[in-house]
Amino acid sequence: MVEHGDIRVVHRGGSKINSREPVISSDSRLLLCASGECVKVFSTSTEECIHDLRGHTGLVTGVLLRPSNHLQAYSCSADGTVRLWDFTDGILIKVHLPPPPPHPVFAAHPNTAHLYIVSAKGLQLEVYFFKKQKFSLKENNKKGRKNTFTCVASHPQDDCIATGHEDGKIRLWRNFSHKKEYTYSTLHWHHSVVSSLCFTPEGTNLLSGGVESVLVQWRYNQESQKDFLPRLGAAITHIVVSPDGALFCTSHSDNKITIIQSCVKVSAIIQGLVKGESLSTDLMVDPRSKAMVLNGKPGHLQFYSLQRDKLLFNLDIVQQEYIHQSGLQQFEVVKAAFTASGNWLASVEERKQKDAELELNLKLWMFDEQSQSFVLNTTISAPHEARITAMCFCQSTDSQTTMLVSTSKDGHFKAWQLATPAHTEDDGPSWSCDFVGAYHSLVPECCTFSADGSLLAVSFQEVVTVWSPSSWELLTTLSQPPGAIRDLCFGKLSCSKYLVGTTANNLLCCWNLLTCALEWSTSMNTSLLLADPLSENMAAFCPQAGFTDLFVFKPNEPRPLYSHKAVCSGNVTRAVFAPREEMLDSCEESSQWLNHSQLYFLTQCMVNPTNTKLSKLVIDDSIAMTPFHLLLGKHRGQQQQQESGQDSLSAERTPLPQGSAAIKEVSSSFLHV
Amino acid sequence: MASYKPTKITVYPKLGEKVTQDTVYWKNYKAPIQIKEFGAVTNINFSPVAPHNFAVTAFTRIHIYGPFSHEPVKSFTRFKDTAYCGRFRSDGQLLVAGCEDSVVRLFDVNGKVALRMYKGHTKAVHVTDFTSDSYQILTGSDDYSCRLWDIPNATELNAYQEHTDYIRCGQHLFSMFDGRVDKSVMTLDHGQPVESLLLYPSEGLLVSAGGRFVKVWDLLKKGQPLVSLKNHHKTVTCLCLSSNGERLLSGSLDRHVKVYNTTSYKVVHNFDYAASILSLALAPNDESIVVGMTNGILNLKHRKNAEESKEISGQQRRRPSYRVFVKGKNYFPKQDDYLVSKPVKQHLAKYDKQLKKFNVSKALDTALEAWTRLKKPEITVAVIKELDRRGTLKNALAGRDEQGLSRLLYFLIGNLFDPRFAPVLVTAAEMILDIYQSVIGQSSVVDRQLLRLQEMLEREIDYQQELLEVLGMLDTVFASSLPRKEDESEVGALSARCIEAR
Repeated sequence: MVEHGDIRVVHRGGSKINSREPVISSDSRLLLCASGECVKVFSTSTEECIHDLRGHTGLVTGVLLRPSNHLQAYSCSADGTVRLWDFTDGILIKVHLPPPPPHPVFAAHPNTAHLYIVSAKGLQLEVYFFKKQKFSLKENNKKGRKNTFTCVASHPQDDCIATGHEDGKIRLWRNFSHKKEYTYSTLHWHHSVVSSLCFTPEGTNLLSGGVESVLVQWRYNQESQKDFLPRLGAAITHIVVSPDGALFCTSHSDNKITIIQSCVKVSAIIQGLVKGESLSTDLMVDPRSKAMVLNGKPGHLQFYSLQRDKLLFNLDIVQQEYIHQSGLQQFEVVKAAFTASGNWLASVEERKQKDAELELNLKLWMFDEQSQSFVLNTTISAPHEARITAMCFCQSTDSQTTMLVSTSKDGHFKAWQLATPAHTEDDGPSWSCDFVGAYHSLVPECCTFSADGSLLAVSFQEVVTVWSPSSWELLTTLSQPPGAIRDLCFGKLSCSKYLVGTTANNLLCCWNLLTCALEWSTSMNTSLLLADPLSENMAAFCPQAGFTDLFVFKPNEPRPLYSHKAVCSGNVTRAVFAPREEMLDSCEESSQWLNHSQLYFLTQCMVNPTNTKLSKLVIDDSIAMTPFHLLLGKHRGQQQQQESGQDSLSAERTPLPQGSAAIKEVSSSFLHV
Repeated sequence: MASYKPTKITVYPKLGEKVTQDTVYWKNYKAPIQIKEFGAVTNINFSPVAPHNFAVTAFTRIHIYGPFSHEPVKSFTRFKDTAYCGRFRSDGQLLVAGCEDSVVRLFDVNGKVALRMYKGHTKAVHVTDFTSDSYQILTGSDDYSCRLWDIPNATELNAYQEHTDYIRCGQHLFSMFDGRVDKSVMTLDHGQPVESLLLYPSEGLLVSAGGRFVKVWDLLKKGQPLVSLKNHHKTVTCLCLSSNGERLLSGSLDRHVKVYNTTSYKVVHNFDYAASILSLALAPNDESIVVGMTNGILNLKHRKNAEESKEISGQQRRRPSYRVFVKGKNYFPKQDDYLVSKPVKQHLAKYDKQLKKFNVSKALDTALEAWTRLKKPEITVAVIKELDRRGTLKNALAGRDEQGLSRLLYFLIGNLFDPRFAPVLVTAAEMILDIYQSVIGQSSVVDRQLLRLQEMLEREIDYQQELLEVLGMLDTVFASSLPRKEDESEVGALSARCIEAR
């Protein structure tokens, strides 16, 4: 089936769904939200994504139902177009090209009954009447500096405007049509910023939310009565009420949309890929569910289905009540590792207090067949005296004991072993420390086991030490100064005698473990090196002038199998090889390395630094009217430019074969997943 | 919407002895009964037949005790000198005993006077026993000889003269004799004077005790030594096998009785006694342990019967009846019924309920209640830790009166130096000092407690100092003693372990 494969980058998902307020259709059955360059249509009852409205080439900045036809919706985008969609069938009806690039309507609320628009910015509230002149009001600033307006909502029937403030107060403004005689009342429950306000369609209730992640329902005119919906998971960014008032919908800062029935009960949760403040764990693939695993919500690991672009579940690592308060030091999951079989998961959580010492916990989770989830087996508090730099399991499947090695800034690496207790009354095996190793009081940076589990390589700055895990004997040391080791990988299968490492001063080295000598080295600035678990191939990402290049090679020859200039703009922070469900049998030399696995990587999009894209490389073999057509064309252009440029590799490497870098003329292209 | 996650109480591993099935079994004895004998108790022997009386040889007498009486039911006093080794025959009718005066006496357990006297030895007879066919008696004496006697005729059948030392149940070299042959079959060298011998019921293994060692020999493999146990630090004097043959007991002059597993030969339990142990016996079915000591005290321990042992474990309250739990649960909805599921109520501890409502001071008060503070300090510490994590510990600690503050300080004094709690409590202690430094001097109670705390802190710092010194010394010792190649990693490992231990 695959004849002329061409490798290109496809954006696989992970876009934000909480950047703009979602829209609920008039029958409350569908929910539309802007997600990156497309609009997603979800069912409010089943949480499933029904349609992806694709067509925009820039970020979608707003979605609105068409007032004249409730089955159609407008979307506006940063590419300068407004598109009209039939969202029940997912069909593009019309493309408008308005003269100015549309911007999102921020903090403005049209009141249809009384015809005015309110807008609030900073310390100023302005009401624009359609018929009369503008009413403007400046909040006096005597009581402190924190009563800046943050959000605004107008009552559908009465002349009342609700404003949220930075100090957590909500003010209800009345009688503002007369210049001097306006009045206001204050409601106070939130302890920090009110981020969103919304009236129900009848105007009987006012909903407010903020960083506390509590939805507060105030009765209009009976403000002492409140209903709460606590523990929604993350700070509320938007609140939307369906046109019939039956459903509320809140967007949260953790890329989540919660659908709430009007009796203040959660009915559905639509969860996207959570992007925490920093991606501290690597991207991993759970060997059982084939889901991608990374840290998500504070104190959680998320399991994300790559095939369906859907969050499968969150595993609570910290198991503590999350206190929503800014400036509070929280426990974060910083490291995680799976065994090859997926039976064990190790996680490290840490909390850095200001003056007290670092709190570290190493937790080991066992997969429970009955409940089909991970169950906490052992908690090791303070496994090291300083931050853990790397952690890996012994990946061999046939070894008797399961072993975990963790390296830390305190200069030690520790081996943890699963041991069955000698006494019968203890239930089941637990983990304990087996060995503590150090090397000239240097700080270990990374560790890796060989494929058969017989060797452990730990890098101490510029020295790689090779240990035997069975006897804990230091077998040999390898070094290629200057420059500290950044990444280490053992070769697999036919290349298992090689150890590949990258150093901080732009060197990629390959050692032969049989001769304990350097086999080859090349000068390239590698930011990320990773090995495919199912084949001998290794991938190296090299940042170069704002773009990142990808090289795929086998350790036994210093010649790339495949190279891709400017895979993406910006730096590739994390990447992972995900095994394919079914193997491909491509014979093309340049695409053979994708037969067993797919390469996924996470980039920081340059256009919008907060928007994280998860991309992958795919092979396409036939054409279709996909939006990737444009992307492909763009990349092809880039690559042809790059091709004419000089080779970035030094003379030590043989020149790239022409066929691998050159892009074949693609007669047809089709998204092949 | 997730439910409230309760405060995590850290479970610390229990220190001290692990409870195994063996400890449960061997601890299941009543308080010991002590009986004063006339001299050192050299031998105890249980009658093999019910009611399992036992003969106690002490000085010039042999007393026979019933299984539960604390007075002798019978005593043999017709010895002219110290009696040795009073033993029952397998039918429990006859008792044989040696004596310092070289005469071996045979008694009927119901009679008073010796039935037979076997004369032939020239020196004190320390060892006497019936042969397994129960018609002959074997004796061993200080005249280096062993003799076999016919019971009814009181004649000497055989004499073995191969020994070269006193026979006190054996010597340096102890020998196996076959009654049918004149010469020893096997000679085993224990290395030290042998104090006691024990033959397994299967007759395949022989256990010998001598010096500090207990050795097990495989007789079927020509007396090959199987294992040598060195668990006592003084001479082992007596050996005994438990009724099921799976445990071996050894008593020693170091005042301990050790129980070994006979498959792994590991010590599984240990009894302590007040004086050096000379003799030891177990009743059939391990119903009682009898130990004789050098100070003439006989120590009896009886096994608790089933009801008594249950009483101890069954101290819990009476639970509500079955009906209470079944109430409303045994109704199954019919076909047309619409089932409204009741939300499961999450049970929270009192401090958790208060934490859920952000009542931080109240939560701390709850955690500092007397029972929690004294019995479960880990709960109090967990609540303090949780408050610290929430950043509200200062609020919770502040605004306390004299009583509240002294309660807090009292808890700190008690637990601050526990290494499990120290990281959390040091933070709390610093905060308390920050908050209340303005009121120092207003209350004598608080001042006294603060002084106490200071004093303990100084002592703790001294300890740490000393430990660091020891650690430094250890490092130098290891660095010089270990071979060059491995020292780097191992010293690192060792010092890391020492730090952990500290």
